[in-house]
Amino acid sequence: MKILVPVKRVIDYNVKVRVKADQSGVELANVKMAMNPFDEIAVEQALQLKEAGQADEVVLVSVGPAQSQETIRTGLAMGADRGIHVEAEHETEPLAVAKILKEIVAREEPGLVLCGKQAIDDDSNQTGQMLSALLGWSQATFASGVEIAGDKANIIREVDGGLEHITVAMPTVISVDLRLNEPRYASLPNIMKAKKKPIDAVSLADLGVDASPRLSVLKVEEPEARAAGIKVGSVTELVEKLKNEAKVI
Amino acid sequence: MAILVLCDHDGSALGAATLNAVTAATQIGGDIDVLVAGQNIGDIAAEAAKIDGVSRVLTADSAELANGLAENVAPVILAIADNYSHLMAPATTYGKNIMPRVAAMKDVAQISDIISVEDADTFKRPIYAGNAIATVKSEEGLKIITVRATSFEAAGTNGSASVVGVDGAGDAGLSSFVKSELSSSERPELTSAGIVVSGGRGMQDGSNFGMLEKVADKLGAAVGASRAAVDAGFVPNDYQVGQTGKVVAPDLYIAVGISGAIQHLAGMKDSKVIVAINKDDEAPIFQVADYGLVADLFDAVPELETELN
Repeated sequence: MKILVPVKRVIDYNVKVRVKADQSGVELANVKMAMNPFDEIAVEQALQLKEAGQADEVVLVSVGPAQSQETIRTGLAMGADRGIHVEAEHETEPLAVAKILKEIVAREEPGLVLCGKQAIDDDSNQTGQMLSALLGWSQATFASGVEIAGDKANIIREVDGGLEHITVAMPTVISVDLRLNEPRYASLPNIMKAKKKPIDAVSLADLGVDASPRLSVLKVEEPEARAAGIKVGSVTELVEKLKNEAKVI
Repeated sequence: MAILVLCDHDGSALGAATLNAVTAATQIGGDIDVLVAGQNIGDIAAEAAKIDGVSRVLTADSAELANGLAENVAPVILAIADNYSHLMAPATTYGKNIMPRVAAMKDVAQISDIISVEDADTFKRPIYAGNAIATVKSEEGLKIITVRATSFEAAGTNGSASVVGVDGAGDAGLSSFVKSELSSSERPELTSAGIVVSGGRGMQDGSNFGMLEKVADKLGAAVGASRAAVDAGFVPNDYQVGQTGKVVAPDLYIAVGISGAIQHLAGMKDSKVIVAINKDDEAPIFQVADYGLVADLFDAVPELETELN
């Protein structure tokens, strides 16, 4: 079985995001970028399935500017076999990405797509579900447990009140949640090896997908800052303030 | 304009976030229908019919809808989607699972997790874990939207909508429900609690959360945790408050031994009053706290419990 893992290049999760002065978006120039953390978990899961003999190839795909190839290299250094870079200069909305991935699935015919549950830039949480719908496949979102059993997959999902166990028909799209695994670090020899692994470049025209945005972003602004609070000297003072000043207890 | 709101529920009771989603729909304006999809959902439909501002409750009552599987619920919405200008759902795991599937099948770009309605086409939503707020406009004929519950008041429940049955769409045969393991707790639910007491990595051990539970019980509060505490295995993931967990906005949020990582702040900074207890006076949590107490939590928390007597 081949596993396809979509990976997105986003601002590193440790970086404090700054809104541009003209409110057109957030500052991306000279900002450290990294693979979306949820996508790292998806790559790790794919590699574990391969190591367990349940998959024979892990293919990464990234949609974005030329630098997305660096993100693919990161995944190749973790152990994935090859990459596909879909060139897109402009930001692509989840629906467009899902359409692109559908075309990649048609070419690659994977038995499983493993993706992150959301990207930490636009926080949309849509692409996996949309891809599943476009393919007419089953979906397993927010997975914290994945077990492939022949033509079925047994999935544990993180839901609001706790956990849910479901069984889905293969092929399927699984979107992964935090607790599924801890992604590995790439070793130096693997980073060197990754440089020789192939990355195919594909254009949107090749795929025949219209990726133009449907939504217009009118402005991007800083959230309202909270007014600075005070330090209290003791628990007694804290309780007094909560009772008499804030009146919340 | 007519708006369809997908009702969140667990098979026995209406999910509270549905009330907030209806409020968001009311702000857009127009007739509001609520769809309850499930099995033996009469009681839930009756609850939904009481929500203020709702014209009709549509019920799709069928065995394959029993456990809210997205592959089976999405086609029910699709079958009636053309009657509406807006399809909305609360941004709970239920709504987030189903709505993008509907959006893809209608070839519509979804707007996730809105925090305000500017007009019928324009909405604000947080991006980058709430570190930026985007104002987004859709000119598509159909808008598909999920609603962040904590950003809208809950609708009242003095209404009397009519209840109308709609057809299920059959079993897609793609997935099946096995079982759920829901955390059982006598305490209020995290996302709807008026007071939340959360612990972080500073708690050092899962058993120390017992101290927080005692304080929570004195206050009638829910217990939450930071991602660091969840990752360390102190508590289950459904305790997690933050960008990758639950978004809460209670009247009072007490953060104990939580440093205040960006991802945690994203989940609680809309709380009305924030209290931070941390022994590191440089911890970023103090920048958002209304009341900060620099103290060892192992002294301060038991003292707090005593003070609350």
